[in-house]
Amino acid sequence: MAEPMPVCLLRLEDENHGLEDYQRGVPRWCTGCGDNAILAAVQRVCRSEQVAPEKTVFISGIGCSSRFPHYMNAYGFHGIHGRALPVAEGLKMIRPDLHVFVSTGDGDCCSIGTAHWIHAIRYNMDMTVVLHDNQIYGLTKMQASPTSPRGLKTKTSPRGAYLEALNPLTVTLGVPNISFVAQGVDWIPEILHDLISLAFQHKGFSFVRVLQRCPEYLPEAFDPWVKDPARTLLLTHKDGIEPSPGLTKTYRNQEVHDPLNIDRAREIASMSDPIPVGVLYRNRDVPRYEDTRDTKRYTPDAIQHVLERELDKFTIWPAD
Amino acid sequence: MLNAVSDHTPRDREVPAGKPAVTLDEHIVEVVSDSGEGAQKCGQSFGSIAAKMGNGIWTVEIIPAEIQPPARSIAGASGSRVRFASHPVTNVGDYADLVVAFNEQVLLGRVEANELKPGCIIVLESKWRTDPHPGIAASYAQTHAKLVDRGYRVYEVPMEQECLKYVADPRRGKNMFALGLLCSIYSLDLQMGRDQVAFAFAKKDASVIGANVRLLEAGHQWAEENLDIKFRIPASKPREPQIVVNGNIALGLGVLASGMEICAMYPITPATAASHYLSDVFEDAGGLVHQAEDEIAACCFAIGASYAGKCAVTITSGPGYSLKQEAIGLAVMAEIPLVVVDVQRGGPSTGQPTKAEQGDLLSACFGSHGDAPKVVMAAATIEDCFYSMITARRIAELFNMVVVVLSDANLATAQQPFPRPRFDEAWPAAPTDQSRVPRGMKPYDWDARTGLARRFIPGQPGGMYCLTGLAHDRESHVAYDPRSNEEGIRHRSLKLAALQKTLKTPPVYGDEEGDLLVVGWGSTKGAIEEAVARVRAEGKKVSSMHMKFLQPMPSGVKEALRRFKKVMTVENSWCDRLDDDVIDDDNRRFSNLAWLMRARYLVDIDCWSEVMGQPTKPGTIAQIIREKLQ
Repeated sequence: MAEPMPVCLLRLEDENHGLEDYQRGVPRWCTGCGDNAILAAVQRVCRSEQVAPEKTVFISGIGCSSRFPHYMNAYGFHGIHGRALPVAEGLKMIRPDLHVFVSTGDGDCCSIGTAHWIHAIRYNMDMTVVLHDNQIYGLTKMQASPTSPRGLKTKTSPRGAYLEALNPLTVTLGVPNISFVAQGVDWIPEILHDLISLAFQHKGFSFVRVLQRCPEYLPEAFDPWVKDPARTLLLTHKDGIEPSPGLTKTYRNQEVHDPLNIDRAREIASMSDPIPVGVLYRNRDVPRYEDTRDTKRYTPDAIQHVLERELDKFTIWPAD
Repeated sequence: MLNAVSDHTPRDREVPAGKPAVTLDEHIVEVVSDSGEGAQKCGQSFGSIAAKMGNGIWTVEIIPAEIQPPARSIAGASGSRVRFASHPVTNVGDYADLVVAFNEQVLLGRVEANELKPGCIIVLESKWRTDPHPGIAASYAQTHAKLVDRGYRVYEVPMEQECLKYVADPRRGKNMFALGLLCSIYSLDLQMGRDQVAFAFAKKDASVIGANVRLLEAGHQWAEENLDIKFRIPASKPREPQIVVNGNIALGLGVLASGMEICAMYPITPATAASHYLSDVFEDAGGLVHQAEDEIAACCFAIGASYAGKCAVTITSGPGYSLKQEAIGLAVMAEIPLVVVDVQRGGPSTGQPTKAEQGDLLSACFGSHGDAPKVVMAAATIEDCFYSMITARRIAELFNMVVVVLSDANLATAQQPFPRPRFDEAWPAAPTDQSRVPRGMKPYDWDARTGLARRFIPGQPGGMYCLTGLAHDRESHVAYDPRSNEEGIRHRSLKLAALQKTLKTPPVYGDEEGDLLVVGWGSTKGAIEEAVARVRAEGKKVSSMHMKFLQPMPSGVKEALRRFKKVMTVENSWCDRLDDDVIDDDNRRFSNLAWLMRARYLVDIDCWSEVMGQPTKPGTIAQIIREKLQ
């Protein structure tokens, strides 16, 4: 008879997930696409948090960014354009035990899905939402997006984009119940990892906008910022990110920003040059919809009890 | 159907003083007022008392589209119609025998809509005769004279003047005074009236209930002393307990009983009342009504919940149903169980939000782009509204499909007693197996014969896959090859056929063969069967059949159709009329069900429809049948 394996060893084997435990397939994004950087950061966060893959769901809409769930070894839900958030809300409502990530793009979130985005902030359900913002429609091949800078020439705006760009940071910070807003960039992977990690740890709707390069249609969009570290404003705080000495040496333009200070957060959100990077806002005290609306999970007894009670109200009893 | 028997029933304890009551087989009673004056509450309460006494009843609401339409306007009529009888009734019937009206303008609305029987009794608030505004007084006097002239039996009642003896604001209490009048006119048990008032105002405090009971009693007494009309419609207490609710509340009770835990919705008429009711009671049992930011979000929220657990439901009406189409397609493609309720109203576009129509059948079957097979069933009675929720959830989870349940504005507000449901523990059963997924099992391992595959649920070990709305293979990998696409479409379609094999042939009402078969679906069932019964009583060979499952349709229907010389549908969805000059066989558009059945059964099925926004009368259908048989 074989010696049973000690329980602790079994647990170690079961629960110690390596990076490869979160990887699936070979991403079909273009070489140099910022989505790859986000994928790497999320996989590292999963490993550092040791989340159980089967307890994790990646939900997306449509667009380049929304291919994300296909490359995570977890449950994935690649749905329809703009509607990832309400799907995620329904799922979280019935299964608060699952970790929920949402991948969305600037078209998916800030154009076709805007209503859901605004209201998802109000619900403040516990999920990590990463906005892959490359300022252009990629999958449909180069149309203006709501975050395209004014004047940008695209296939639908050959004479230059007509409208001022929408700023996702100021929008989110204008909605009641906002509880976590951060901004990262694909070219500083260390901070991207830290931000997504903080977003994951935050219990509520964590919104991380990531500026990412589209090598196919807007390869040079962020060049001035990539090449000149002084045009990045690093937001540091003990309740936000505390970058490594190596990084702080490169990115000398820094501000100690308390993530609870929403007025300053809104000012920072309005900056376009330099680009702020870090946690803009975090408030742990905002109520979560899944807690506010928590109903004790159903049992057949409870259903029968309420049903009979209700039927009693409407019943005509036979003559005695 | 007025079969007045003019024998004078002997007095007993239910007929208090003075007058003998005329025994009737049935009557149709309307109460109409300006919006906000409570005629609906009066009519419904009247119906409930009659039902509790053991009469057969069917009540419908008369609803204006606006919350506060102009006072004293023809279009603003708000109220309730009650058909009650000594036997069970299945529909709203033909023409009113008695109308209680709070002003002459809303009454005119009903007269002009041709809803009154010739010689109909009218009980009319008389205060307008002396209205300080000369235009109003003149209009009242004129209308009154005209109605009397046309042969209506008009009784003028100083309702507000009488109510003022008991309350400060008679406009807010005369509906209960009117209920008292009706209790006297129809010899209803006054104690049951008092109990009903207490029930209707259960959410208010005792002083409100007391004041309304006094008004009820005052109305009763006034009628006893001043009116020379008194009827009795014999009742027989049911042997089994019955419940009296409208279709929307039945839907809500059905959702509760079905074990579905989440109802996601966005406000829309006439569906919302189902969600109102659920919001009140669902959480006590652990359920949740989520009011989403829009119809699309409501559907996606339900899909997200269904994907991770028990099937969820979204309840809407036509415009909302249109908005949900893309999300419904996703649920079809990804094989997520989902129940969608469409309480139909007049369309297209905003159409007639408060009126009944059956125009959504084809969009229910074929909505959403591409080939998106889904189950479509229609409730035909209030009782169906309840049980269809339990059936829909079961089918949705067994077949991993979208089940669309069609109701309509007629069922939504109509009340009819039905046997009290007996709770079955199987109703709220847990969803599919949540144990570890065996190695090698695929998320879309379609069975070659039925198209069925086991559903994997997030949180389930070993089942991780990426669900997608893109064409996919058995492993849920995006399918770039044409064969996988076809394989998926084929198997999703097979599921509908597999379900079809389990459905029973709908019974034929009347003989199994004959000259004419009338086919219907949804809320027209009662009116069609009553019409068929009337014409059969004239010796004609007509029968009817009612379709509960519209997609797929059960086996045996074709054989049933072939046993009749002619087949026609009667629907409240538009069909072109051959007497219009430009319409002929090459361009005629058929009603929804006729389209479906002609295509499937290759039988030359005719159709008749009206889209008047109200339930079709049995008398109208009977006339159509007679013409068709000529």
